[in-house]
Parts: sequence; C-alpha cells; structure tokens
Amino acid sequence: MSQTTVTEEPPRPRPSVRPTTLRRPRLPGWSRGALLLGSAAIGTATGLVAGLESRVQWGLIAALVFVVGGFALTSAVEGRRQAVDRLAASLVWTSFLVAVLPLASLLWETIARGIPGVSWYFLTHSMNGVLSWQDGGGIYHALLGTVQQVLLASVIAIPLGLLTAVYLVEYGSGRLARAITFFVDVMTGIPSIVAGLFILSMWIMMMGFGYSGFAGALALSILMMPIVVRSTEEMLKLVPNELREASLALGVPKWRTILKVVLPTAIGGITTGIMLALARIAGETAPIILLVFGNNMINGNPFEGAQSSLPLFVYEQWAFGTESAYDRAWAAALVLIAFVMILNLAARAVARWKAPKSGR
Amino acid sequence: MGTPATAPRKNTVRLGDRVFSGLSKGSGIALLVIMAAIAVFLTIRAAIAIAHNEGNFLTTFQWDANASPPVFGIAVLLFGTVVSSVIAMTLAVPVAIGIALFISHYAPRRLAGIIGYVVDLLAAVPSIIYGLWGALFLVPHMTGLFDWLDRFFGWTGIFAYDGTPARSLMTVGILLAIMILPIITSVTREVFKQTPKAHEEAALALGATRWEVIRMTVLPFGRSGIISASMLGLGRALGETMAVATVLSPSFLINASLLESGGGTFAQNIASQFKEAGSMGRDALIASGLVLFVLTLLVNGAARLIIARRKEYSGSL
Amino acid sequence: MAKRIDVTGLTAYYGTHKAIDDISMHVEPMSVTAFIGPSGCGKSTFLRTLNRMHEVTPGGRVEGKVLLDDEDLYGPGVDPVSVRRTVGMVFQRPNPFPTMSIYDNVAAGLRLNGSYRKSELDDIVEKNLRGANLWNEVKDRLNKPGSGLSGGQQQRLCIARATAVEPEVLLMDEPCSALDPISTLAIEDLIGQLKSTFTIVIVTHNMQQAARVSDRTAFFNLAAVGQPGKLIEIGDTDRIFSNPTVRATEDYISGRFG
Repeated sequence: MSQTTVTEEPPRPRPSVRPTTLRRPRLPGWSRGALLLGSAAIGTATGLVAGLESRVQWGLIAALVFVVGGFALTSAVEGRRQAVDRLAASLVWTSFLVAVLPLASLLWETIARGIPGVSWYFLTHSMNGVLSWQDGGGIYHALLGTVQQVLLASVIAIPLGLLTAVYLVEYGSGRLARAITFFVDVMTGIPSIVAGLFILSMWIMMMGFGYSGFAGALALSILMMPIVVRSTEEMLKLVPNELREASLALGVPKWRTILKVVLPTAIGGITTGIMLALARIAGETAPIILLVFGNNMINGNPFEGAQSSLPLFVYEQWAFGTESAYDRAWAAALVLIAFVMILNLAARAVARWKAPKSGR
Repeated sequence: MGTPATAPRKNTVRLGDRVFSGLSKGSGIALLVIMAAIAVFLTIRAAIAIAHNEGNFLTTFQWDANASPPVFGIAVLLFGTVVSSVIAMTLAVPVAIGIALFISHYAPRRLAGIIGYVVDLLAAVPSIIYGLWGALFLVPHMTGLFDWLDRFFGWTGIFAYDGTPARSLMTVGILLAIMILPIITSVTREVFKQTPKAHEEAALALGATRWEVIRMTVLPFGRSGIISASMLGLGRALGETMAVATVLSPSFLINASLLESGGGTFAQNIASQFKEAGSMGRDALIASGLVLFVLTLLVNGAARLIIARRKEYSGSL
Repeated sequence: MAKRIDVTGLTAYYGTHKAIDDISMHVEPMSVTAFIGPSGCGKSTFLRTLNRMHEVTPGGRVEGKVLLDDEDLYGPGVDPVSVRRTVGMVFQRPNPFPTMSIYDNVAAGLRLNGSYRKSELDDIVEKNLRGANLWNEVKDRLNKPGSGLSGGQQQRLCIARATAVEPEVLLMDEPCSALDPISTLAIEDLIGQLKSTFTIVIVTHNMQQAARVSDRTAFFNLAAVGQPGKLIEIGDTDRIFSNPTVRATEDYISGRFG
C-alpha cells in the first residue's frame, strides 16, 4: 500500500458497482412452477427413452434438471449472486428432502409390516416350542426381559448418576471435577458393544458368573450413567443460586438444602433426562447378545440364566431368515419403536409440564 | 460476611453434610473407576489373546481365533470400520449441515420447530430397527444405484459391481449416514442458532443475500461446532454394531470394490462371531474391541476438546 | 450522489403489535438528521424501515411509502438486497465480523458486489479507513482480527465497512451508546466529515449529541407504553432545541421526562 496522497479527496465515482435502480430484473412468479413441470417432463421423457427401470432415477434426473436449469435461468435474468442464492436455497431444501425420504420410509415400513403381526396373543406368549418357519409365537418373554433389564440398569445408574451430577454442580471444583466432566463426556461415546465386552470380561470371564439379565443390566447401566449425569447437571445448573442462599441463610444444612430445595426444583428436567436415557438403553442390542444370550422361554429371574429382550428378539428373528420370522421381527420392531417413542414423548411432556416456572 | 462471634457452630461439621458430600464425591470417583476398569479389563484379556496369537494382530487377513494355535488379525476390520465410517461422514455431514440451515435459516418458524422435534425423535430410534430396515428394505433397493455406478464408474474398480445382493460396505456406509444424520443435525443446528444476530444484520446491511449472510457469518461462526458434531457422528458410526451386523455380508478379505459384499467392522465381527467363540475366541474379540474402544475414545475426546475450546472462545467475546 | 428520502404514511408492525404509526417526513441529502425520543418510541424501528431491515425481524411488516429520490423502497419488484446496498447501516453495538481481519472487514461488502484487483481493493480499504479516521491506528495490523480493537475503534471500523460500498445514505442506530466519551467524540467528528458525502440519519438517546452533530432533528414519542410511536415534530435542530412548537418536545428536551 503506497503512501500516496489522499486526505479529504472525494470518493472516486465507480459507476460500475453502484446499482442505478433498486429494481432488478426478476423472473416472473410462474417461472418456478413452469420449470418444475418442465424438469418433471424431461425426467420422465429421459427415463422412458433410456428405458430406466427405477422411478427414483427419473426423479433424480428431474431434480438435477430443475436445480441446474434454475441456476442457469436465474443467472441469465437476475444475475450471478441471485443465482447462487437460489442454488443454495435449492440445495438446502434438497438436503432436507433427501433426509426425510429414508426416515419416512423407515417409519412406514416398520408400521406397515409390523401392524399385521401385533396382537394380544403376540404380546402375551413366548416363543417356547415355536420353530423359526412356523407362524405364531410372541414376545412376552422378550418384553419381560427388556423391562427387567432396564429397571435393574436404572436402579444402578440413576443413584450414581444423580449423585455424580450433584457432586459436579454443588460440591465439585478443581481437577477431580474437571476430570469427571471430561470422562462423562467420553463415556457418552463408548460403543455399546465395548460396554458389553467389559462386563463380559469382568463379570462372566473373570468372576465366573453366567449369562443373565443382570449382566446385561450392568452393561446398560454403563451406557445410561453418563446420560443421566449430563442431563441432571444441566438441570441443576438452571436452579437459581438465590434459592440455595435463601435456604442456607435459614440455617438449613447444605445436604438438606440440596435434597429439599435444589433437587425438587429441578425434578421435572431430571425426570425428562432419565426417561430419555431409558429410551436409549431399551433399544440396545449389542451388549444383550454378549451377556443375556437369548432364550425362547420365559425366564422371570433376571439374576439366573439366559433371558431375552425386545431388540435381541428382533435380531434373532431377522437372523432366522424365514417369512414367518421376518413377520415377527417387524412386529417386534414396531412394539419396540412404540415403546421408545412413548417414553420419548412422555419425557418431553414431563419437561413441558414440570418446567420450572421462572419468574423474572 | 459473618464474624466469628456469630458462627459458634462453625467447627461442628455436620454428619449429614459429611455423609452426603462423601456419597456424591464417591459416585463421581466410581465413574472414573469404571472408565479405568474398562481399559484395564479389556487390556488384560486382549494381552492374553495377543500373546497366544500366531498371526500378526495388525496385518493378518484371517480370523481363526478358535483354532489351535489361534490366528487372527484386525486388518480387515480396521479397513472396513474406517471405510464405512468415512462413507457415512462424507454423505451425512453436508446433508446434516443443509438440514440444520433449513431449520435455523430457511424453514418457516413453525415448520422449523416441528422438524427440530422430529429430528430429536429420530435420534432415539433403536439401531436394530435401522438394521432391520437396512437389511430388508435398503439392500434390495440399492441394486439400481449400484448398477448405475458400475456402468459409469465401474472402470475405477472401487465401483465395480457384480449384481449380487448389495450387502456391502457402501450400503453399510449409506445406512450409517442415515443413522448419524439426526445427531449431527441437532448439534449443528444448536450452534447455528447461536450465531449473533448482530453479525447477521451487519452482513445484511452490507447488501448480502441470504446465502451470503450464511457464508459470511453463520458458517465461520459454526465451524468448530460442525467439526465436533461430525466427530460425535463419526464416533457413533465407528461403534455401530447391529446395523452393520444385519446388512453386511462379511468375509475376511478386503474387496477393492466398495459395492461388492465382503469385509467387516470391529463391532459387527464381535456380534457375529460371539456365539461360536470359545474362550480364546472371546479374548481375541475383546482384543479387537479394545482397538475400537481406543479409536472411539480418540475421536470423542477430540470432539469434546474442540467444543471446550470453543466455549472459552465464545465466553471471552 | 447522496439522496433525499421522502416518507409518507409509514406504519410498522411486529406481528400484530403496531410499533410506529403513520409517519411522514423528508430527509435532506448531504445533511445529518437526528431522531430523538424516549425509549420504546419506535425511532430505531423507523430507522430500520429505511433500509428494509425491519422485515428481517420475525413478524416485521411495513405499510406506507419510502421514496429514495423518486424510487419507492417498498415498490413492486424492488430488491431488498439492492436497498440495503444503497442505504448503509451502523449498529448500536460495534459488530465487526469476528472471523475476519480488519482488512477483510472493510472489503467484505465490496467482495460481494464484484471482483476487484488486489491494488484496487488496497486503495479502497485505505481510503475508507482514512475516511473513518482509523487508518493511522490500524495500518500496521490490517491482517489482525477486528475484534482485537477497542470499542471505539471497532465502531469506526464498522463505519469504514459501511462506507466502503459507497451507499447513498448512512443510517446510524445509537452508534455511540456503547462507547466511552473520547470514542464518542471521535465518532461525532467523523459524522461531521461524512455528511459531505452521505445523507446521514442518526438515532440517539443523547440530546447534546443530537444538538452537536445534526442539522435537523425529529422528535418521536408514544402516548403510553404499548401504544405505537409517533413523529411529534421535525425541524432545524436549532429551532427544535430553542423554540419547539409542541409541548411534549419541550418537556423532553428540558429533561422533564424521558
């Protein structure tokens, strides 16, 4: 940059950058609809002429024509910047649609293929004596297993998780708290199969216990704990400090303040977090394969002998590969997805219902 | 504020307080102990397996852990895990950024709220259901795409396709991409929403179009958030078990073509081999699990560090 | 190059809430017009309708006409992007792009509008930083981030960024309210220089500032909280401050309310 002249020189006129009018040429409103129809026609025509089997390919060709054609047209009429803006908007919309398609298909397939198989009989009978190619059988044993394993896992994970969160928010400071925070985050990312392998190596291979629902629950509790800690921690942080100080100023000891004031204030959010964690572990399969092993019969004792569980049931039925088994797999998948979704929706309802009414 | 005179009971440490703080501190420490125990137990069993291994743990293309002597190596698993996760990331990250932008900047506000909610719900769909859908719906529907890829890009070798059922690493990658989409989307969306309004308005006032506003303010501001969200997604993809176990037709070979069946991943191999594994077989699977554990630990740790750094940075603003 | 603004019957809404009601006025080219009035009287909202920034706020909606010379900003076929390109804006809190260097901040608007040679861009950046009385302070660290500057320097950087695209009109929304007195003085001096090139409209809470920098002053008021803001009177600054025609203006200026 040369130190030339200029102190109060009036700005050089640059007619090239200044728009002479605020209006700019615009494509008429109907052009987009016309383009859409045109691209659909081109997509269909190309598909017919080239003899493409898949309608998806027709659609892709049409979408490509629409995006590229729109860009060219806007570019020619409205200018490059507008064209880039339009292109970005099209891509954002496309990415949304691209993501919706598989997810909608997943839900649709599960519901459509699952509904015929779900019945009262299906929910109340086990697979005892039913061969893989036979119709019939049910998921009672698996439902029972899932419920027991999830409850056992909660009994372990919830107190530990709550207390850890209390420590982090109310007591913790310094290196220990930072280390715990970091490892809770890292723990969230542990693959479920690794948690399963850990319990396998410790509980079954080293300590010599057998396969059981409880072993599965141990692994599930490892997956559940960090979620409980994280969500509880967030909720406790939202409790205003004035509440704690008011209680302490009345001479209430800290532990009673936490139990009687802090936790009740945050209970709605904490419940939500716990229910979301339950929903997450209820769908876990990998540790169950390693630790609970699977069982076609009803085993009501989670501490002794192999059990089943819903996700494991889905996996086993899929693995049989017969039509009857596939039907059972879809039906069980539908029950599982409904179970998880109901937990989720209930959790969010609790969050809304029990949201701390914060005055200003 | 209180003078010593007004605090006569200062020295009497309440029993209740001591017990409660001890309990909560104990739980925190228990958590650290569990993390350490995971590392220790896995390492012990892995060491036993590796000591008996007659093959090279890193380079052997074979998994005969139940044979005597046992011969096994993770080369194929490492390749399959990394390749399928990379495919998943390549597909999922741009789409997730698109959806996040759609929710934060393009969709009408009510629609945006609903979509955000649905994305959160989808993150909760159990992976076995993705697996079932992948195996029974996605696999048969991939052949058209694979034929097309083969016709135009088959000469590269990577996209060669023989017309067998599409139970390959590519299908796995696509399924994993669909599975990690919700988590990446919801993290990036939160970051995009935090872009200071002041910066967006500054760009608008300079005469920027909507896309230019996003390019000048939202994307630079959210860059570290995008990176860490992607790594969280990567962590999930690396460790995913059931979706891979149901879709992939495994083999202990590395196939040059991503579209043809074969290969394997750590998690899938553990789930598929477990029931036939004897004592040594299990130790060998645990050894491979340890590698997976370290891999996800590194990826997640890095993601968390990036998030933490970003918090400090935005806190000082 | 500076343009005249004629506003007729302008009403602005946030959703169903009417923020300002039926405002008509004109703004002279190459002059400084100050908007004063109590908090919530809609002066900032009104300012934001002058470059179509109001509609960026969710639920923001405008009725009425704003003529820039002879062209209606809200006319059919008018592109808001061109409007904002022609009517620049400086905000209450300095908001340089945190991820860009000082140089890139000034060049940001130009880079949107076309490609420039490096030497051309260097010249424009230097000219505008000089114009904002900032050149001497930053010429040795043009590649450092703009967020490293002091508040007053950041605000002058934002002014340089706004002037670099050579708008016709420059809107300033309480540009000094986040600054210390010395930085405020620097900005006020700068406003005095800029009016030789631009039509300037400034919103301020500070009546001394309005008296010091502006040629004309408009007083806004609202009947009660929740009611829409209205323009009470507008005229030469000297007259408004010495001899207001409306009682409310006099009360406000003499500090009896607001």
